[in-house]
Amino acid sequence: MKRILAGFLVASLFALAACGGRSPAGRSGAGAETVKIGWIGPLSGANKTYGESAKRGVELALEEAGYKVGDLTVELIAGDDRSDSTEAVNLATKMMTQDRVAAIIGPVTSGSAIAVSAIAETYKVPMITATATAPKVTVNDDGKRKPFVFRACFIDPFQGQAAANFASRELGLKRAAVFYDKGNDYTIGLAEAFRETFEANGGEVVAWQSYSSEDTDFSAIMTNVAALKPDVLYLPDYYGRVSLIAKAAKDKGINVPMLGGDGWDSPDLDSATLAGGYVTAHYSEQDQREAVQQFATRFQERYGERPDSFAALGYDAAKLLLGAIERAGSTDGEALRAALQSTQDFPAVGGQLSFDEWGNPIKSAALLQVQADGSYKYITNVD
Amino acid sequence: MEHLLEQTLNGLQLGFVYALIAVGYTMVYGIIKLINFAHGDVFMVGAFLAYFGFTSWGLPWPVAVLVSMAGCAVLGVGIERLAYRPLRARGAPRIAALITAIGVSLFIEYFTSLNFVFGSDYRNVPRVLPDRRWELGGITVTNVQLLVLVTVLVLVASLQFVVYRTRVGKAMRAVAQDTDAARLMGIDVDRIIACTFALGSALAAAAGALFAVAYPQIHPFMGIMPGLKAFTAAVLGGIGSIPGALLGALVMGQVEVLTAAYVTTDFRDAIAFALLILVLLLRPTGLLGKTAPEKV
Repeated sequence: MKRILAGFLVASLFALAACGGRSPAGRSGAGAETVKIGWIGPLSGANKTYGESAKRGVELALEEAGYKVGDLTVELIAGDDRSDSTEAVNLATKMMTQDRVAAIIGPVTSGSAIAVSAIAETYKVPMITATATAPKVTVNDDGKRKPFVFRACFIDPFQGQAAANFASRELGLKRAAVFYDKGNDYTIGLAEAFRETFEANGGEVVAWQSYSSEDTDFSAIMTNVAALKPDVLYLPDYYGRVSLIAKAAKDKGINVPMLGGDGWDSPDLDSATLAGGYVTAHYSEQDQREAVQQFATRFQERYGERPDSFAALGYDAAKLLLGAIERAGSTDGEALRAALQSTQDFPAVGGQLSFDEWGNPIKSAALLQVQADGSYKYITNVD
Repeated sequence: MEHLLEQTLNGLQLGFVYALIAVGYTMVYGIIKLINFAHGDVFMVGAFLAYFGFTSWGLPWPVAVLVSMAGCAVLGVGIERLAYRPLRARGAPRIAALITAIGVSLFIEYFTSLNFVFGSDYRNVPRVLPDRRWELGGITVTNVQLLVLVTVLVLVASLQFVVYRTRVGKAMRAVAQDTDAARLMGIDVDRIIACTFALGSALAAAAGALFAVAYPQIHPFMGIMPGLKAFTAAVLGGIGSIPGALLGALVMGQVEVLTAAYVTTDFRDAIAFALLILVLLLRPTGLLGKTAPEKV
């Protein structure tokens, strides 16, 4: 029995190797009239609203282009990865080796995006994720760039930087208290970037406070922090924890502006306590720039719903890719990669966009203010 | 100095909540020598029932808390009836009951995190009281802190009354002292055990409701840490002793808050549990535990 199993395993390994060995070089196929684009994201499971929104954004962009780019007809092949990175890798491998897609838009979540980025590198097929914010998506562990990987959203540390710049330049604040969850990369990344930028701007971080995700009692910390008299609190965590921390701060009489990142974005945020606080976000539909207004109106007409940031970023990613195919005049992986990398001041919904050397967009963050009724008011864009 | 006083007050708030949970552990242990690990989860259910009572059923907060206490009393009796009594009736070894308790605890946590029960989301508890703070000689006192302190004092006083001034309380003490002798005296031991569970669970529910007001976020796994801390408090004070549980809880609350305030939050749990080990090394029966000879 064991031997049969082993034989079967070896056989399937060979089969896999044979598949991988088949060169996808002929993909661009001169004279091909269709260009296939893959899309990967969650359409079921815990994060399905992220995927649904992002996919709608992509489809809207393709519809506006009439499913055409140059002389080519665009065909979208969508796959549901349920936010599962193994499933995402299977889908990407199939799309690249069998469907021969020219590029992949997605995956939507960082875990899947990191897994698929390796496949994109192997087959030299560009991928552009709309919404995966983890720095590691475009960079290897050894700090080397993955040349075929791009994204349409800013990365986590950028939010901390943008928040710090807003606090020191727009609000003129000098003494910050920073709180972060020591077990969560997202909040650590934001907090560290905030501290660095805030200090570089001449501010002082008077409290640098960690907690664990088990903590519920912040009264001791807040009694200490109140005595330090900070003039701003930076709370880069998810909505639930932020609500608790903010409540504890108010209880100790700390009435200063609070700042946070896109983790605040939830109907469950304690907006009564956090009213007047500021968050960095990918985009706001209240932004009056033409690109944003056009997109928001069209999305509303097409789907009868206001677009969230996933929709906006999906739309941007698709437009970036179409633009690159057009400029490259080819669907060859290397030519597409070069065209994407040379994108300059692309008028995206999320802001004027170029790529830095790491495949991350250079663009601004939208700064929103929390209102007591739970809505967000657009304030400005910050770098 | 004011700073220290204010931190002490923070610690008192936390310690008082632990105290309400700890008396449940200690009473059940005192009477059937079982560590009811599901107690922390009863605390969680209490928080949820009060939350639903207040938000979904539109009850005034005090009524929601009473409903929650009643609901958890029933839950406590149910747990005893279904999980512990059958084992006791068959004379199973004590370790079997202990493992059952762990199983019951995990069952409650995972069952309540199903979507059609409570769901695994973190829920924010809406304000029960308007936000009020007073500055007294440089110390910040909130109405929530007063609410916690007063409620716990009232409940503990009522418990004292039940245990020392009523027939049921007398029977409880008798069963705790010697189950067989109590049975010979015509006491319905099973009924007294059920009463103990009901009483302890109702107090845990009140603790859950207070916890939800003081630290307004609830989820199905919220009972684990406070449960463990309260259990530790009960052991620290001398398990089986009600004054011991109260003392232990106050010590735990202070140690935690003072560590977070003057050392670092990273050490708060480590130091709290290190203290437990230290106390048990020096006084194996806990601070107020009796060194009674083993009954034969």
